[in-house]
Amino acid sequence: MLISRRGVLAISAGFAGLAMLPISVQAQDAAAAPTQTADEMIAEFTGGAEVAEGDGVKLTAPEIAENGNTVPISVEAPGASEILLIATENPTPGVAKFIFGPLAASQAAATRIRLAKTQDVVAVAKLADGSFVRTAANVKVTIGGCGG
Amino acid sequence: MPRLTNYAQHVQLFEYDEVTVASRREFLQAGLATSAILAGLGMSNWSRAMAQQALTQDQLLQFDDFGNLTLIHVTDAHAHLRPVWFREPDTNIGVGEAAGRVPHVVGETFQKMFGIAPGSPEAYALTYPDFEALAKTYGRMGGFDRIATIVKAIRGSRPDAILLDGGDTWHGSYTSLKTQGEDMVRVQNLLGVEAMSSHWEFTFGTERVKELIEQCNFPFLGANIYDVEWDEPAFEPYKIIQKGNIAVGVIGQAFPYLPIANPKWMFPEYSFGIREERMQEVVDELRGQNVDLVVCLSHNGFDVDHKMAGRVKGIDVILSGHTHDAIPEPVLVGETIIIASGSHGKFVSRVDLDVQGGRMAGFRHKLIPVFSDVIAPDSEMASLIQEIRAPYKADLEAVIGQTDKLLYRRGNFNGTWDDLICRAILEERDAEIALSPGVRWGASVLPGDITREDIHSVTSMTYGECYRSEMTGETLKTVMEDVADNIFNPDPYYQQGGDMVRVGGLAYTIDPSAPMGSRITDLRLIAENAPIDPARSYVVGGWASVNEGTEGPQIWDVVEDHIRKAGGAQQDAPVSSISVKGL
Repeated sequence: MLISRRGVLAISAGFAGLAMLPISVQAQDAAAAPTQTADEMIAEFTGGAEVAEGDGVKLTAPEIAENGNTVPISVEAPGASEILLIATENPTPGVAKFIFGPLAASQAAATRIRLAKTQDVVAVAKLADGSFVRTAANVKVTIGGCGG
Repeated sequence: MPRLTNYAQHVQLFEYDEVTVASRREFLQAGLATSAILAGLGMSNWSRAMAQQALTQDQLLQFDDFGNLTLIHVTDAHAHLRPVWFREPDTNIGVGEAAGRVPHVVGETFQKMFGIAPGSPEAYALTYPDFEALAKTYGRMGGFDRIATIVKAIRGSRPDAILLDGGDTWHGSYTSLKTQGEDMVRVQNLLGVEAMSSHWEFTFGTERVKELIEQCNFPFLGANIYDVEWDEPAFEPYKIIQKGNIAVGVIGQAFPYLPIANPKWMFPEYSFGIREERMQEVVDELRGQNVDLVVCLSHNGFDVDHKMAGRVKGIDVILSGHTHDAIPEPVLVGETIIIASGSHGKFVSRVDLDVQGGRMAGFRHKLIPVFSDVIAPDSEMASLIQEIRAPYKADLEAVIGQTDKLLYRRGNFNGTWDDLICRAILEERDAEIALSPGVRWGASVLPGDITREDIHSVTSMTYGECYRSEMTGETLKTVMEDVADNIFNPDPYYQQGGDMVRVGGLAYTIDPSAPMGSRITDLRLIAENAPIDPARSYVVGGWASVNEGTEGPQIWDVVEDHIRKAGGAQQDAPVSSISVKGL
């Protein structure tokens, strides 16, 4: 049974205020600097500090991309001040750095990214205590198959 | 784990196993002893008559009511209204944790695992050995008029039984293609389906899906179907079905990889995916509404459901579809049972549950085999099926040619039907290499006549154009590696639930346990007995392309032309040669 578009739009309108959340995004500018590798970007983000694997940051991505040109990705890290998002095997690995101000109601963000091929997408979060935590999700970019 | 023990006590397997004259030898002796008498009565098909004597409808339906709720599960009928022959796979390789575990067990190993006597009705229904001989003995299986009889009988003893359809119901036959799925909706309404999930339904296109949903007397559920633009739920995720004092939350889960395995241009509005977090969210929402039981009506495929059952908490029962596995007993993962009910109408699952304190406290299950010569057709449903088929009767029954061997598809690699289809493509489209999709649907044909309906059973679809194009050896290898990873990726969440692409004119070796990109070796062109040259361009014919604007004659016409010319005899020269290693 279909959920009507009108109903969904009405719900969406109710949340229009979300756009004013205290959050800023720095998208990577490929032309601005020589391309850094994923490891270099993480090292710069953490200042060389140790990065733990853990539950402190959650990354939601499809296992197989329906369209590699626009893959929906969301990240969440309660209490984090910043989350770095990297597509490790893209020609330009940097995707975004989300910076959450002290008034942010939640430390979560969603976007769509382009993936050149099957690869790990990595999220590194800087937590409130200054420590870093990372997680990764493998997203497959496929040419299609034959479903049963 | 006291509950686990409790479960084990309530599992009731193969009730009919105990009450039939099970062994093949006994069966044949009985048959021989009485065949003369039956022949004297003008019954030529004595062994069939014996099957009817040996198995009765009462035996097949016998079930000691248990607990306080009954679920009935049908799935993946692929619009096969009438009884069919359907040979189960001889190859169904499991990788990683799934190796050696159901459903990745076939043939004699399967029979031993479940204590099934070779040659018994169960062996015929569930495994491939001796299929052709046993098919003649036990007859066709399935048919919605027989399914209706079973459903009515169960409702006779359990009026509150809930009938759930796992999807892949609207697609897969001549009549469903001609009526654009409407025939199946009429059948589902008459059968009294109470909710459904989906997959191939979407290949009729968004607008048609919406039209048909309007005709359904039941909800079309899909918790994982999202609006592609806004990334928000687009379909009703679940339905709470109240039966007596029990509230059952039924969650629908569509095939997760529809836009990848099928043409997404036909339903560009929707995004799918496994969306495990979403499933947990929906389960939690249902639990928050104090339902007594949570059922997931899934089109994930068995291995995906197995993994999901271990990670999403709070699902009592997963009714599993998509991968066409018929498993004679529930598979227990944590506190969740997974029920797999086969395909093409061959089986109906009955699951009786004891629901107490908001949870399943015990269950009893039976995978009911729909032996069409044993189960009496329901007259009301039989009339509807007759009415649906009437306008197409001549087309359906037209004999196109003959086959001198059994034609089947199901299995990880080329079946004999696929070889025939690939040969048709090679010859009718003048191609060097043929590619045919590794779908799991399509009934078998015994030696003898091939009708137009038989051909449509293995080819019917809304994007059946048979293309002819060029492909380099390198691209061909890439395509094959990609499809192989869709089946043999050790993580089920990356599997799409089909079988390996079928090939014509090609030989290759495959190592399912190797990593992606290195599973396929020794790729050769049979005609030249030469390795496939990565740099050379080959003429490739195929069908079921997911690309918009694909041109060519419909595959069923290509196959029909070829069968008319071939005149029955299957050529002996191999059209494909596939070796499996590393197992």
